[in-house]
Amino acid sequence: MFEFIVSHYNYWMYIALMMVGFYAMMAKRNLVKKIIGMNIFQSAIILFYISTSVKRGATVPILEHAHEGHGAVAHAAHAVDVMQYANPLPHVLMLTAIVVMVATLGVALAVAIMIYKRYHTLEEDEIMMSIRRG
Amino acid sequence: MILPLDLILLLFVFICAIAAITVRDLLSAVVILGAYSFFMCLLWTQMAAVDVAFTEASVSAGIGTVLMIGAVSKTKRRSKD
Repeated sequence: MFEFIVSHYNYWMYIALMMVGFYAMMAKRNLVKKIIGMNIFQSAIILFYISTSVKRGATVPILEHAHEGHGAVAHAAHAVDVMQYANPLPHVLMLTAIVVMVATLGVALAVAIMIYKRYHTLEEDEIMMSIRRG
Repeated sequence: MILPLDLILLLFVFICAIAAITVRDLLSAVVILGAYSFFMCLLWTQMAAVDVAFTEASVSAGIGTVLMIGAVSKTKRRSKD
């Protein structure tokens, strides 16, 4: 049981990073700090997915000499030992997630700039006060 | 996957995340976030996810940092917390 907990240290670090990002989103009052927390949160989730694809002693999922030869001999040579390569499916999923991360970052920063133009501050409490004052 | 390298990189990533949300100067917070992204990139290279690593290096660490520096230069640099 203890070894199981220690050997999954990547997942513990993923939980810690995710909570750091969540704390920044909830407790920090500056809007740019909240956006930084959102960025940390999203890359922690990507860290979780990439951690599921790791195998001990495995290498980069690229086939060497994939186009050499034809016929039955070549087909026998193409039979791949799966345990030699890391699982590429989570990698492909997370490529999309990184692009979505930058898109949400851009939209959030644009909204923060618009808020700054209207209220001349980035602090959430000052914005709420000036909204209440009307 | 090399165990000591993995542990050191995870430690650096965590330190950068804590520093990025603690620093009061927003420009330094953004630059520390860029360093965080590059450490993440190294972490994924040693986890054999090279495609994710170079997408992270170009898109998240490159374009993301440029966008945030642009936003900080258009607004205020000081933060209260």
